[in-house]
Amino acid sequence: MEYGLDLEYSFNEFLKGFGLSSEIAHIIWLPLPMLLVLVAAVVGVLVTVWLERKISAAAQQRIGPEYAGALGVLQPIADGLKLLVKEDIIPAKADGILFTAGPILVLVPVILSWLIVPFGQNLLISNVGIGIFLWIALSSIQPIGLLMSGYASNNKYSLLGGLRAAAQSISYEIPLALSVLAIVLMTNSLSTVDIVNQQSSAGILSWNIWRQPVGFIVFWICALAECERLPFDLPEAEEELVAGYQTEYAGMKFALFYLGSYINLILSALLVSILYLGGWGFPIPVELIAKLLNLPINAPFIQVFTASIGIVMTVLKAYLLVFIAILLRWTTPRVRIDQLLDLGWKFLLPISLANLLITAGLKLAFPQFFGG
Amino acid sequence: MSIAITTQFICFTVLSLVVLIGALGVVLLESIVYSAFLLGGVFMSVAGLYLLLNASFVAAAQVLVYVGAVNVLIIFAIMLVNKKEDLKPINDIKSRRVISTSICLTLLSLLIRVDLTKVWSLSSPQNSIGEESTIRIGEHLFSDYLLPFEVASVLLLMAMIGAIVLARRDVMSKDISTGLPVDQELIEKSSEPLLTNKN
Repeated sequence: MEYGLDLEYSFNEFLKGFGLSSEIAHIIWLPLPMLLVLVAAVVGVLVTVWLERKISAAAQQRIGPEYAGALGVLQPIADGLKLLVKEDIIPAKADGILFTAGPILVLVPVILSWLIVPFGQNLLISNVGIGIFLWIALSSIQPIGLLMSGYASNNKYSLLGGLRAAAQSISYEIPLALSVLAIVLMTNSLSTVDIVNQQSSAGILSWNIWRQPVGFIVFWICALAECERLPFDLPEAEEELVAGYQTEYAGMKFALFYLGSYINLILSALLVSILYLGGWGFPIPVELIAKLLNLPINAPFIQVFTASIGIVMTVLKAYLLVFIAILLRWTTPRVRIDQLLDLGWKFLLPISLANLLITAGLKLAFPQFFGG
Repeated sequence: MSIAITTQFICFTVLSLVVLIGALGVVLLESIVYSAFLLGGVFMSVAGLYLLLNASFVAAAQVLVYVGAVNVLIIFAIMLVNKKEDLKPINDIKSRRVISTSICLTLLSLLIRVDLTKVWSLSSPQNSIGEESTIRIGEHLFSDYLLPFEVASVLLLMAMIGAIVLARRDVMSKDISTGLPVDQELIEKSSEPLLTNKN
């Protein structure tokens, strides 16, 4: 399975051609994928914001943004520019240091988690061994940032919003981690690349969604709850809490929250597609197509082609899930806080535990289907 | 010195400084909220130190357990009991401070002495298990460390049951600390939606 484009190797060889040492070439290489992924994340946010505006308009029989560019595609950029030039206000009675640190603590772990999102065999920043576990660990930092900004705002609605956000994120982290564990059990590895490769044997038939339907649904519900999307947007429930922990925020600090929530949504969609929908895999295995067309799998042309198909497939699957999330947001009512906690602790937690146990049993009984 | 070693040295210095200054801040700062948030920073830096030692699984577990669970719960508890109440002045605060400082310094000197006298066996970078550590930890937990692992889980279960008993005061008629009958009025009533009986 160890084929595919290795851009890092080619880039290093290219720089060594100019007489640079391999260490310097590595240092020049290091920031490139990070920048690329950061740009990809921000562009993804712009697209998602536009989609959100357009789909919500369609759901409510409006037209939505229309005048900024064709079909209003420039609207998110206008939004971003507006937030950039707005006055940055820190309320007089707020705690300045914590007020500034809060949004940063919310955004940074989310961006760091993009480290493990693979778009192809070698198309990720770092194939770290702890892979998906890194994401679970990093996403547990977020509640601290939310609590911090809720406390520092010195506003009861903000504090309540921060507390709700932290309670929600702690409750839904456990079923989320348990459903990831079932996947890890089947893969025998925490690495995201291994998880995708494990699903690539028979195209769409070997995707994890068929073997883990319960895990898929639990994971998706928990991911929506972690992103604080409706029906689980209690931390910022407008009718009860003004805007929750972001009430006092304006300008760029608010933009950090906004960016953070949308990057988190895209990240969750990407991770669902990686864990359950075969990641960069095409519904029909690319090797099979190449064999049918009598093309050598290692030819440069085929390599570039499969890599681009991989990126397109990953993004397509992720945006399909983003579409479902947006549709859910504009068509479902909000749950109450007690319903939210009941759902998390009394329903999802036992179900995901049972799912893990059953997966372990099935793995012992049918090792060829559930990863030996 | 190669670039890798320099980077490692800089990272180590920064992380150790953050750990030391943060830990001092946790103890010395007056505001309990700042102490709690600084504690989170200290936990994060310790995770960074683990990462420098090639123990990425332990580092992630440190973040998940200490930052994501322990520290969040501490902050949560502080914010739920956010009373504006001045603490009573303690009479002989100065002598107490002197005593506790001297005890801490004695412990520190003991640790430094142990560190200087013991000959540490350092494994070479070639022998480090790195990414293999996840598998190795699992093997140990289910073979020679099985009993401590299970005993720890029983301990946690006991703590959890105890916390539930303390939180649900309706299971006890008497307050455990004072011996007085429990004020049942304060216990949260089960939430019946107000509008269900209207029709």
